[in-house]
Amino acid sequence: MSILNVFKTNASRRTTASVGYVVPDSYRCVQCGICNYNCPINIDVRGHAWRGEPVKHSECLTCGECVARCPRGVLRFELTDLFIESAS
Amino acid sequence: MRYAIIGTGVAGISAVEAIRGVDRSGEIVMLGDDPHGYYSRPGLAYLLTGEVQDKSLFPKTREEYAKLNFVYKKNRVLEIDRTAKTLQLDDRSLLSYDKLLIATGAFAIPLTVPGANLQGVMKLDHLEDARGILKHAKRGRTAIVVGGGITALELTEGLLARGVHVHYLLRGTRYWSNVLDEHESRIVEGRLQAEGVTLHFRSEVQEILGRSGKVIGVRLLDGRTMKCDMLAYAVGIKPRIDLAQSADLAIDRGILVNEYLQTNDPDVYAAGDVAQVYDPLTGRSVLDSLWSPAREQGYAAGLNMVGKHKPYIKTVPLNVTRLAGLTTTIIGAVGNGRDEDLVGIARGDSETWRQLPDAIVAQSGFDINRVRLLVGENHLIGAVVMGDQKLSAPLQKIIAEKINISSIRDGLLRKDAKIADVIVDFWLHHLVTS
Repeated sequence: MSILNVFKTNASRRTTASVGYVVPDSYRCVQCGICNYNCPINIDVRGHAWRGEPVKHSECLTCGECVARCPRGVLRFELTDLFIESAS
Repeated sequence: MRYAIIGTGVAGISAVEAIRGVDRSGEIVMLGDDPHGYYSRPGLAYLLTGEVQDKSLFPKTREEYAKLNFVYKKNRVLEIDRTAKTLQLDDRSLLSYDKLLIATGAFAIPLTVPGANLQGVMKLDHLEDARGILKHAKRGRTAIVVGGGITALELTEGLLARGVHVHYLLRGTRYWSNVLDEHESRIVEGRLQAEGVTLHFRSEVQEILGRSGKVIGVRLLDGRTMKCDMLAYAVGIKPRIDLAQSADLAIDRGILVNEYLQTNDPDVYAAGDVAQVYDPLTGRSVLDSLWSPAREQGYAAGLNMVGKHKPYIKTVPLNVTRLAGLTTTIIGAVGNGRDEDLVGIARGDSETWRQLPDAIVAQSGFDINRVRLLVGENHLIGAVVMGDQKLSAPLQKIIAEKINISSIRDGLLRKDAKIADVIVDFWLHHLVTS
């Protein structure tokens, strides 16, 4: 990987963290609670996964702890359309 | 109107949600003898490894339960009287019902060898079992694990995480032989060995040895003896059909239900691990022991109990699990035959996975990241994705939605085909054109 690509990856990660949210795939979720356990601000991520709702929570830091810790690949980041215009 | 639900697992709670969503005033009574009620049973694996605390396994808050407005009775149901439409409870009371759901789940098949009752012989069925294993792991230095499927590895990895040395005994010549292929079994076994697990193939316990009522070792069929402080087993599960059986409901391996989750008694339904569900696509009735199908079945049963005529469409069974630390997704039909280490199915398992019809295998990756596809005439029938999971979500959709793959079939079956690239290109093209 060239050095330019490293910056590109970091840039896209930052974009996702700033204008993205966490989206669950309910079918993969077994409600184990690892996401909630690792959320630094105690958002009920598991409840969102049960209801199949994106974590559109005003306090979500998009820190990625829940996404990284979920052992079943339930959670992923998705870009919101909320800030896309202002970001671009 | 009174709805009675026997069982406190995900099928039961999902049925409560479905019923309450339609009938705001009917009485719902949930009955179960699990002292902890509804919690994430699959999460017990992560409790053993220390990734989650036991209080985190309970998904619902008091407020959420209050909103559902149902009565929870910690009672065991002794008998169903279908003529009188009553349940005989263990406190000698009777409870009448108009509609009944049996969602009693499954239980771990016990070991039958001599010494199986000794202290230190453990299974992983309930939260109390997991707590017992953790307590025992504090004192134990060496454990023997017997059995197969996902639960055997959950036990192995949970004990390893607690610093216990594990000997994993397999009756056969490789791990989970009727779901994984040989390469996949070897990948898992290699990783287990790298983590410090000692594997013993063709090794079957004849007797568990004890002293003062506690496990001290095992004697194998071939005469060898091994020392251990505890023995954990996972040799399969069986649906809890005893209530249905004594109530004369139609049963086979589980309680037989039609696509409306209805038994042969129109007022009695079954869902989850206890139900053997009719699949209109294959014409077969199969058992699953998977969280999401149990949730979906419970919900569909609830809707049918309130009079909505809603069929349950069986979806392609999928499970994501970690095998020796390697994330693995199993989708659709991927294997066949029997596994010497399991009786029937295990937890997190589906009979459908072993119903592989004629299909050709396309595979790539023999190290950590591996994809195996079962390629039918025009569709993918099943897939096993190990390690890198980027392909698992597209494959889940391609298989479940029966997307026609005839345009890439030859490409997938070509020698040394780059399967991941072929699937990604196909999927991106599909997203653009559909």
